[in-house]
Amino acid sequence: MKFSLTWLKDYLETTATVSEICDALNAIGLEVEGVEDPAERLAGFRIAHVLTAARHPDADKLQVLTVDTGDGNPLQVVCGAPNARAGMKGVLGLPGAVVPANGMVLKKSAIRGVESNGMMCSTRELELGDDHDGIIELPDDAPVGTAFADYHGADPVIEVAVTPNRPDCMGVYGIARDLAAKGLGTLKPIAMPAFTPAGACPVEIRTDDPQGCPAFYGRVITGVTNGPSPDWLQARLKSAGQRPISLLVDLTNYLMLGFGRPAHVYDMAKLQGAVVARRAKDGEQVLALNEKTYTLDAEMVVIADDAGVHDIAGIMGGEHSGVSETTTDVLLEIAYFDPARIGATGRKLGLSSDARTRFERGVDPAFLDEGLDLLTGLIVEFAGGQPSEVVRAGSPPAQAKVVAFDPGLTLRLGGVDVPEGEQQRILESLGFVVGADWHVTCPLRRHDIEGPADLVEEVVRIHGLDKVSSVALPRVEGVARPTATPQQKLERGLRRAAAASGLNEAVTWSFLPEWAAQHFASDQALWVLSNPISEDLKAMRPSLLPGLLMAAKRNADRGAASSRLFEIGRRYFRSPDGLSDEKPTLGLVLAGEKTPRGWQSGKAQGFDAYDAKALALQLLETAGAPTQNLMVMGEAGAQFHPGQSATLRLGPKVVLARFGMVHPATLKAFDADGPIAAVELFLDAIPAKKGAAFARPGFTPPALQAVTRDFAWAIPKGIPSADLVNAVRHADKESIVSVRVFDEFRGQGIPDGLKSLAVEVRLQPRDRSFTDEELNLISERIMLSVADRITGGMLRG
Amino acid sequence: MTDIPSQTESALAAIAAADSLDALEAERLETLGKKGWVSLALKTLGGMTPEERSAAAPAIQSARARVAEALDMKKAALEAAALAEQLARETIDLTLPAPAAPRGSVHPVSQVMDELAEIFAELGFAVATGPEIEDDWHNFTALNMDETHPARAMHDTFYFGHNQRNAAGGQMLLRTHTSPVQIRAMIDQGAPIRIIAPGRVYRSDSDATHTPMFHQVEGLVIDKGIHLGHLKWTLETFFKAFFEREDIVLRLRPSYFPFTEPSVEVDVGYSNEGGRRVVGGHGDAPGHAWMEIGGSGMVNARVLEFAGLDPKEWQGFAFGLGIDRIAMLKYGMNDLRAFFDGDPRWLAHYGFSPFDQPTLSAGVGARA
Repeated sequence: MKFSLTWLKDYLETTATVSEICDALNAIGLEVEGVEDPAERLAGFRIAHVLTAARHPDADKLQVLTVDTGDGNPLQVVCGAPNARAGMKGVLGLPGAVVPANGMVLKKSAIRGVESNGMMCSTRELELGDDHDGIIELPDDAPVGTAFADYHGADPVIEVAVTPNRPDCMGVYGIARDLAAKGLGTLKPIAMPAFTPAGACPVEIRTDDPQGCPAFYGRVITGVTNGPSPDWLQARLKSAGQRPISLLVDLTNYLMLGFGRPAHVYDMAKLQGAVVARRAKDGEQVLALNEKTYTLDAEMVVIADDAGVHDIAGIMGGEHSGVSETTTDVLLEIAYFDPARIGATGRKLGLSSDARTRFERGVDPAFLDEGLDLLTGLIVEFAGGQPSEVVRAGSPPAQAKVVAFDPGLTLRLGGVDVPEGEQQRILESLGFVVGADWHVTCPLRRHDIEGPADLVEEVVRIHGLDKVSSVALPRVEGVARPTATPQQKLERGLRRAAAASGLNEAVTWSFLPEWAAQHFASDQALWVLSNPISEDLKAMRPSLLPGLLMAAKRNADRGAASSRLFEIGRRYFRSPDGLSDEKPTLGLVLAGEKTPRGWQSGKAQGFDAYDAKALALQLLETAGAPTQNLMVMGEAGAQFHPGQSATLRLGPKVVLARFGMVHPATLKAFDADGPIAAVELFLDAIPAKKGAAFARPGFTPPALQAVTRDFAWAIPKGIPSADLVNAVRHADKESIVSVRVFDEFRGQGIPDGLKSLAVEVRLQPRDRSFTDEELNLISERIMLSVADRITGGMLRG
Repeated sequence: MTDIPSQTESALAAIAAADSLDALEAERLETLGKKGWVSLALKTLGGMTPEERSAAAPAIQSARARVAEALDMKKAALEAAALAEQLARETIDLTLPAPAAPRGSVHPVSQVMDELAEIFAELGFAVATGPEIEDDWHNFTALNMDETHPARAMHDTFYFGHNQRNAAGGQMLLRTHTSPVQIRAMIDQGAPIRIIAPGRVYRSDSDATHTPMFHQVEGLVIDKGIHLGHLKWTLETFFKAFFEREDIVLRLRPSYFPFTEPSVEVDVGYSNEGGRRVVGGHGDAPGHAWMEIGGSGMVNARVLEFAGLDPKEWQGFAFGLGIDRIAMLKYGMNDLRAFFDGDPRWLAHYGFSPFDQPTLSAGVGARA
């Protein structure tokens, strides 16, 4: 909402400066978004007297002027305006001045070889009007040398952001009222115009939809003359950011901007029969003033006559019955529409307008007659004509809300002690009526007031939020209690463990291109946005890996040698009840070089699946998962290399993590260069530690030293080493404390189809040392157990 | 019998000339070995009369002692030389690069979330969470924005299709703010309650300073007798702790949010230093200005009712701050889009060491 200082002063008697007014506006909740002072825009433009005018020696259409700017040193200026002549007074832009219309910086120059020390300006160049036929001609008494801004009268324009709860401030008068309440001046009563209506309104007016349009008032004015608006009106509208159109249209806009009251003017010559507010028929069409055709439905209110729809009620008038230069007789419409229905219609049509903004937030139901009279008075004064009597169909809501208020609430809720008398003054200055025992009657225009808290807000915002002092929150005695949940502690620990392992934490979009999400979805249905901002941000991610893969690709494209990225975030699934099932997850990718080429290590090395496995286990360990008991199983998913990926499970069904090399087809789909290793940890599957105490169990190192024995078997290539390890462990669960594969070998000396695995077995004696006999026995049991469990294996040593 | 003194002298000369441990050993055998002349000479003493022995012994004993000492000294010298030579051989070029361990980092958003949790835990706030894919009841209706509310349209909401409604028929959407967590926390925990709720939020808005996904933190205090003064203190106290400076000045301005009444916009005073905004000082002081930093207010009675609390008994405040925004202000990033790019150069530059765990005793912030 923009308005000029002059306009504000029409309604507010004040001596306050612009900056005082702006401070007050900010303080009462009308946020100042900008102040435009035309004096600044007109800096460098002066009133000048043309002393001589002569033809330019080399150009027919140019003249060479000498102009006096009051300092006794006439300047030579080249000018192309046909009306430039000796003796006239005009506006000269001096070198350094910026032409408001085009931002051009004026400078001393030569035009066709003749020196020019500035520019004589047209109205359009100074953005004071549309005239560009010649330069500005000022009256003879204009003081030469004076800054043009001072002579012209600089009128600062203030722009405020009006919050949607305050449609009463979507007119200058409402802003003046708030400022007066704040003590910035005195609100002037609205000056009602004097005119003499004659005869009943010749047009029949009805509302056939009392719910959508409770009130429709009208009046006819005959014999008006439309045309361009006078300069003052054009200036007002421009200050408010409105383009002047024609006198009749401009006057309705003037009413709307001044009082927040939209109205509409129809050309009576274009109407047939009764003018009715009714629901549109499904499929009915109207060509609106923005020259677009809208198809309506039965949920929308329109103003129509026998011939059809003339107005999308409360939103935009129709092209057909709008006023034109030839209009002589007009019908004025002032109506009250149901705010919710206006909003729904506007959203459905995707149509915004100043009228809609006001109607859907709620105009003043008590301002129909005054608004109509104000508009009538303006039209009669500036366009002439004879008004009829008012005709009224229906009636606007008239039931004022009464709030039982306790002025003590201002302190209890607002935290500031405002004397009751001051509270009453504030409320009354805003138009509230404070009754005995603090029953407060709200003005009808204040649709936002629902209860006592709203009145506290009125009192506090006018009294001053700066007067609210800080008061410490009551706190529990002693040191603050821990508040983090196990899940939060888990994520914090994992984040720092992953970073400590050399990974950079990334935050990537929660939404993906649909193909990327599909690629990582298994059989679950995805969440897909119906109004994405782009196709690249459309489907909610079912995995953290696609976002990280795309980041790794971007990095590689920028020449990064490697990307070690992790992210902790959610995967989004749909649960059967239609709600969101968001699973906390850690994803990581290892792309590019694990180690660069080096004098020690030789060629650059990439990441492999064991790097992924190491990180997966290390992070699961940090997360408190029982890593000793995990099973390494398959089915990491189609996005992984089938032979170089696995899942880590707690029991056959609970998958804690998947890891491995990304499938070449996935790399291709993401246009990424491999190999890339990846891990995904499913944080919701990690069992919470239960009932852990601070105290650890006692430390009881074994009294006797452990004994190690090495074995080697050749077993079929397809059998996982874990099977062998389990077979060994099974031989003597009491004595064997660890079994570790320390060599894997295939090739020379090993029969085809077999691989050699060397295993270190650690045996822990309990209360006495093993005898040689016992050790032999254990070795024999180990060999038997392996022979039993591993088909096709043979002991090598 | 040879002359012992001259034998001794020649043995000492041979020891001195030995150039290896092997040569020295040969000399030892020659002298002190079982068949060495010193040993043999010593043996002759046994067959002598006491008088002969006392005449001959001193010369032999002295020869033995001198030879033994010379052998020991020479051995030590040869060993030292050998070690010195070995060490010289083992010398390496330590200007060659050592294997580098990659340095990881924590994202600024996570770091700031940890800082928030730390500061607010001190004030008794727990961290609450809620779904990012919400229904319109929690995101709007329960926050006093019914279907026709103009403020709904101002939220630039991302919606899911009509076939993606919840069982109750609710329209599913991406939460536009963290405020629905207020509703969920109040319904789950009742009152009194003190929570912050940091997390991802979404608006269909994208330009130089807006991204369609960003981070917010919600604060909520519901108790008895909580008023605007407590809200002001809480935000002041938070910002002082967060920016670790005492000269934080907040300006509260009346505003409008459907879910609070009264509603308050929060500005913080700042100055421009070297092209950067530095928080601190009064916004009206010379060289200073105000910057909008968050929205807040006293929780609307209707919202309390929607969440099942009796507004006659309970009241409190709520606030919302942009996490990315305060992270940028504190740590000097200037491009929000880079937050979500995953560029390791940016992450290493603006990210944090895993050991910069925010603590109150060390100050929650991590200095560059």
